[in-house]
Amino acid sequence: MKPHIKYRLGKSKFFKAIVILLSTLCTVPLFLILFYILREGITRINWHFLVNLPKPVGEAGGGIANALVGSLLIVFFAALMAIPVGVMGGIYLSENKKSRLANLTRLAVDVLQGTPSIVVGIVIYFWIVKPLSTFSALSGSVALAIMMLPIVVRSTEETLKLLPASLKEAGLALGLPYQRVILRIVLPCGFSGVISGIILAVARIAGETAPLLFTAFGNPFFSTNIFKPMQSLPLLIFNYATSPYDEWHDLAWGAALILLLWVLLLNIITKITTRRWKIQF
Amino acid sequence: MMNVWKNVKIKRAFHQIRMEKFFKTSLVLIALSILILVISFLLTLVVQSMPSIKALGFGFLVGKTWDPVANVYGTYPFLLGTLLTSFLALLISIPFSFAIAIFLGEYFPRGWFSEFLKNSIELIAAVPSVIYGFWGLFVLVPLVRSLEIKLGVTPYGIGIFTSSVILAIMIIPYAASLGREMIRMVPSSLKEAAYSLGATRYEVIRAVILPYAKSGLMAGVLLSLGRALGETMAVTMVIGNTSLIPKSIFDPGNTMASVIANEFTEAASSLYLSSLIELGLVLFLVTVVINLIGKRIIKRFTTE
Repeated sequence: MKPHIKYRLGKSKFFKAIVILLSTLCTVPLFLILFYILREGITRINWHFLVNLPKPVGEAGGGIANALVGSLLIVFFAALMAIPVGVMGGIYLSENKKSRLANLTRLAVDVLQGTPSIVVGIVIYFWIVKPLSTFSALSGSVALAIMMLPIVVRSTEETLKLLPASLKEAGLALGLPYQRVILRIVLPCGFSGVISGIILAVARIAGETAPLLFTAFGNPFFSTNIFKPMQSLPLLIFNYATSPYDEWHDLAWGAALILLLWVLLLNIITKITTRRWKIQF
Repeated sequence: MMNVWKNVKIKRAFHQIRMEKFFKTSLVLIALSILILVISFLLTLVVQSMPSIKALGFGFLVGKTWDPVANVYGTYPFLLGTLLTSFLALLISIPFSFAIAIFLGEYFPRGWFSEFLKNSIELIAAVPSVIYGFWGLFVLVPLVRSLEIKLGVTPYGIGIFTSSVILAIMIIPYAASLGREMIRMVPSSLKEAAYSLGATRYEVIRAVILPYAKSGLMAGVLLSLGRALGETMAVTMVIGNTSLIPKSIFDPGNTMASVIANEFTEAASSLYLSSLIELGLVLFLVTVVINLIGKRIIKRFTTE
């Protein structure tokens, strides 16, 4: 073989090796993080940890029951607000592809998607926290709902757009009213895409901290009153991780593992859903 | 008897028509409300930052001291901190995300390892930022500290450099997954033409695939940048939170987002609060514009 050809082939191989090396290296930090959280967290998690409140500084033990319940409640109410609006918005966008309102709304959704989460917190502070003159779990839910909205709208729109028009036409030809065609035929056919968008959005907001800083605020005690400050897992991790106390770091490691497992579980469910209910045409 | 049935049918038909109208109007109303939500979002930020815009004017962005106690609000240190962390993070992450894009888009589109790599990348995007911050605080900070001791600079551990590394990890998936899609869309006829001329794999990638997917890769980088600019928690936890101007990349500093996160609930005077909101407004406008440009590029690329 001529030397310059050899050189070119060698260069090609070298490049391939670099690409493989760099891509494999990317997985290293991820597994370092997963491993570290697992190692630090697993020793702290037990029944006691899940059902008790955090102890004051200086006392070992204690749990994160308030944050667990708080996180569930805040995320639940956020989903309750964001899902109907998001799905309906997605239906509108997929049904009216070209109208001026659809284009503007699409732009608005893009803007919302690009908004830094801390800015959402600021705005909700002025919309809800200040008028009610108290931090509250409700305001946290609204902030998270706004974070969730663009993901739900977009996934619904994209899924419904992919469905063949013949489905809708068949329904309309049978004389079904429009809302039944949409709600009973089109939406169930796109179920996997819509639901996986929703679960992904829930997974995303479950770990959000920044919008909760000035809204749900955190609370060292147990509370289920949505008009009062409430603790949540990410807030607890942030507050305790940046504190100087070892006992609190312990709580934060356990909470981090639980949050991580929660988010991973939701992601895996999304994967299974999309595979399971994918309708092929 | 026939008449009664007819009436019932007509009534039902009217009912359905009404329902249909109701459904269609509520769809429009919801789309409209999303639009109004975003507009009032912007308005709230502008209105609330008005006192600071009026009082401080342009000096807000170029002032070098941020001292709320003395009522001096210059945000240059935070702008610098944000730009430094974001671009440094971008610089670190780009080789990795492009490598993944090429790996998954061109070399190994299928296979168990590619599947594994793809899932890992998605996982990187899924891990909450507060967990990155926590890990960074307890693992990365000591590492950086020992590196700083070796380099002979003040061993803070926390600072601009540490935040950039954390950010770099967090933003890899954005450019990588978009880049992969774009590289897959390169028509195989183009690649085959180059191969038939005797080009090696590397030459095809460099001369055909990358130029073709250029704007798509660019869009991915922009989306990563948008994410890095607005990222709050991970950065807040490891950047050190000082309002001094960082002199080197190993110094502690502050970004726009981390200042807001740290000081918003403590802001006592109304000018202080309003200047933090103005900072939020600037952050909002910058990230939104970057994101919109990125999205526009993707859209043009995918419809062509």
